[in-house]
Amino acid sequence: MNKFDYVRPTTLAATLDLLRASDEPMLLAGGQTLLPTMKQGLAAPELLIDLNAVSELVELSVTGDGIRVGAMCRHATVATSGAVRDKIPGLAELAGMIGDVQVRNRGTIGGSVANNDPAADYPAALLALDATIRTDSRDISADEFFVDLFETALEPGEMIREVVFPSCRSCGYLKFRQPASRFAIVGVFVARHRQGVRVAVTGAGSAGVFRWTEAEAALDGNFAQQALTGLALDPQQMLSDIHAGDTYRAHLVQVLTGRLVEALGARSLRVRT
Amino acid sequence: MMRLETEINGKPVAAEVEPRMLLVEFLRDQCRLTGTHVGCDTSQCGACVVHLDGVAVKSCALLAVQCQSRKVTTIEGLAQGAALHPMQQAFHEHHALQCGFCTPGMIMSAVDMVERHAGDLDEHTVREELEGNICRCTGYENIVKAILAAAETMRP
Repeated sequence: MNKFDYVRPTTLAATLDLLRASDEPMLLAGGQTLLPTMKQGLAAPELLIDLNAVSELVELSVTGDGIRVGAMCRHATVATSGAVRDKIPGLAELAGMIGDVQVRNRGTIGGSVANNDPAADYPAALLALDATIRTDSRDISADEFFVDLFETALEPGEMIREVVFPSCRSCGYLKFRQPASRFAIVGVFVARHRQGVRVAVTGAGSAGVFRWTEAEAALDGNFAQQALTGLALDPQQMLSDIHAGDTYRAHLVQVLTGRLVEALGARSLRVRT
Repeated sequence: MMRLETEINGKPVAAEVEPRMLLVEFLRDQCRLTGTHVGCDTSQCGACVVHLDGVAVKSCALLAVQCQSRKVTTIEGLAQGAALHPMQQAFHEHHALQCGFCTPGMIMSAVDMVERHAGDLDEHTVREELEGNICRCTGYENIVKAILAAAETMRP
């Protein structure tokens, strides 16, 4: 690992000052991606700003119509939160499927979202749940936030404060995972909102997380597995690697979406691949 | 270099460390606590699991300086003198190891698992929760048996 300077501010204001005053800063949240990346030499910040002592970032609270999750909330916290399980059970379930126990004890929602790994789980939840990413300076809708592989709408010197989730009628997440890394080969999040169905897919898209709008339109008309019959994703828009080819991924998206819709229709979320 | 003051296995420890030093490097190279192992070094195998303020973490994915004013427990901190921790005893009795390389991490994860579930565990849950610990020898059978046995002993 390259050398770096390390600071551990305790307030958001001090964090932002540090972030804007240095040449090559990086924010350290849970570190479950960043530290392995730094070990490989793929990231080499001059200044590492540890967010783990900023108490303003760990709040998780219920709002009138949903939930606010602070950027430094750990996956384990979201997975076991009574408020999240009550209001948006699919979100708690997704958080409990990320990585493994030890990774969930460290990894954070802010870190996952800012990194925008094409196989990360949280981006699918944010997109399907129509979440808002609240930074130090503005609100960004999930539709605008996820730009491309590892690329987001965040500007240099900008940081995520919290993610705001509106509640929905029902939602769920189904994931076909790579057994060693536990990342999603394909992950599908389906949310039924009063305004309509949203389907977000992670792990599969060659430009990262995306909404499957054809499936949304079909499910708006008929929220049943059969509504997806005949719909197909273009394999050329899918990722392809040693774990799964593009045609296989396109097929998996359809299968998982169908199973999830069926499970949500039956009001049972205990479906596993 | 940075000043690090932390607590390891109940004892205060102070040292000068580089910010880039991982917790597992600090434990093994500086504290000579070599029970915590480095397996994959990519936070997948779980050989390096320790407890940070009582919570299981992978010490290869944590900087030593992040443990300032925190409490770290390693495999060396479990036994009370000559008396093994119930989980260590169960691993011994059920022969829950072959080469032994993954064992310290397995035991640290298992203790955390039993404590989180208040001793109320079944085989399915144990297997699911071992997802972050890889054993290449045993096929997990005796590890699962040992954890279930220890969960009985540790039941509050």
